[in-house]
Amino acid sequence: MSTLTLSAGEALAPARRNKPLLDRLEPRSRVLAAIAVAVAVIACRTLPAAAATLLPAMALALLAGLRPGPTLRRLAALEGFMILTLLSLPFTMGGPVLFSLGGLHWGAEGTWRAALILTKSSAIALSLLALLGTLELPELGHALARLGLPARFVALFVLSTRYVEVLRGELARLRLAMRARGFRPRASLHCWRSLGHLLGMLVVGSLERAERVHAAMRLRGFDGRLHLLDEHRAGLLDWGFAAALAATFALLALLDMA
Amino acid sequence: MTTSPLFQLDGVHFAYESERPVLAGADFVLHATEKVALVGANGAGKTTLFHLMVGLVLPQAGRVIAFGAECRREADFHPVRARTGLLFQDSDDQLFCPTVVEDVAFGPLNQGCSRAQARNLATEALDLVGLSGFEDRVTHKLSGGQKRLVALATILAMKPQVLLLDEPTNGLDRDARARLLRVLDGLPQALVMISHDDDALAALTRRRVTLENGRLSG
Repeated sequence: MSTLTLSAGEALAPARRNKPLLDRLEPRSRVLAAIAVAVAVIACRTLPAAAATLLPAMALALLAGLRPGPTLRRLAALEGFMILTLLSLPFTMGGPVLFSLGGLHWGAEGTWRAALILTKSSAIALSLLALLGTLELPELGHALARLGLPARFVALFVLSTRYVEVLRGELARLRLAMRARGFRPRASLHCWRSLGHLLGMLVVGSLERAERVHAAMRLRGFDGRLHLLDEHRAGLLDWGFAAALAATFALLALLDMA
Repeated sequence: MTTSPLFQLDGVHFAYESERPVLAGADFVLHATEKVALVGANGAGKTTLFHLMVGLVLPQAGRVIAFGAECRREADFHPVRARTGLLFQDSDDQLFCPTVVEDVAFGPLNQGCSRAQARNLATEALDLVGLSGFEDRVTHKLSGGQKRLVALATILAMKPQVLLLDEPTNGLDRDARARLLRVLDGLPQALVMISHDDDALAALTRRRVTLENGRLSG
């Protein structure tokens, strides 16, 4: 998940040539599908079933028209987070010893568990990148609103997506102004204090901007409810996609029980 | 139409910090179809005066009478805001929706219009400022001049009777400024304009009031 949010600002609008199949789905369907896929993958208890979930995940990536390079890089970033856990599991979980290294014993139980975690997280991450990563953030916000999430949360989300760029610009301007006066990051008290001032200015500036934005919204009659302009309907494609997903889940369940 | 003024401020006092009052007994009257220039030094309280007129801040003394009714509380100002369009100095403060059409339709939707009505009003307002076809553009990717025009459209979509313009030409290049002035010149509404752009004031306004030491004169 963290790779998804970290890269949200810039990378969420990949080239959309000829609209891949997933892009033609209603945004709500994609959110629901993402939740369903995540739950289904987590529910798998056996390694073959967990490994098999990689197939539908890859199919989703293809249907979303994800480019292999950036996608693999993001997956690698996610796995990088977990590498320590994954490597320590075989040494700590016990079970039959596969081989010994000095005084350390590499156990079968931990190996199996690490493989399970690795396959499941990759399958979930890949599916989320395909289903949600290609969705424009405002669309995602609207989909969440339509799914009945509290208006306050949705407003917060949509406003954040709008003002992240403005904030980034403000930060860039302040940093440029600092560099123009010869500021170089160093491990000195002066440097830490200056960075503190920078952060403080950013927070104060954002707070004031938030007040102005809220004032502007109140002037146009905002009363806490966000009315949406666009209308979406689930079509044949959405139901077909749901049916295909359900069939895949059934197969996975069979495989998991076998 | 009655002949009572659109806005009347009587002896208005306001201070953010009590030792430094921004407005100290300011009187101001705006009649229908009037075009007024509001000038004064930086920090004289021009923007605060606008905020008082639409109830974003409340006076500590004095009266604000808008469209014939005295306004004392937040709720009193709700109908005033629907009839008064305030254009902010920084359009980024005013445009908060992802796309242009959503932003322009935001006011009408809040006023209870259906989606179709709101969309029509938005299209109409965009036509009025010369931005037809900009509906699905992403707001934060527009140029400064386009943002200002979209911000104006968000206000016009609510069909206001009064426009309060806070330094509308500030930060615009020559073409964008000329374009904005052309649009503003064609609007029938009563208007109060804060600006340091004397040519723009001369082109758009007939009367000039000066804010100095917390009072208005002129």
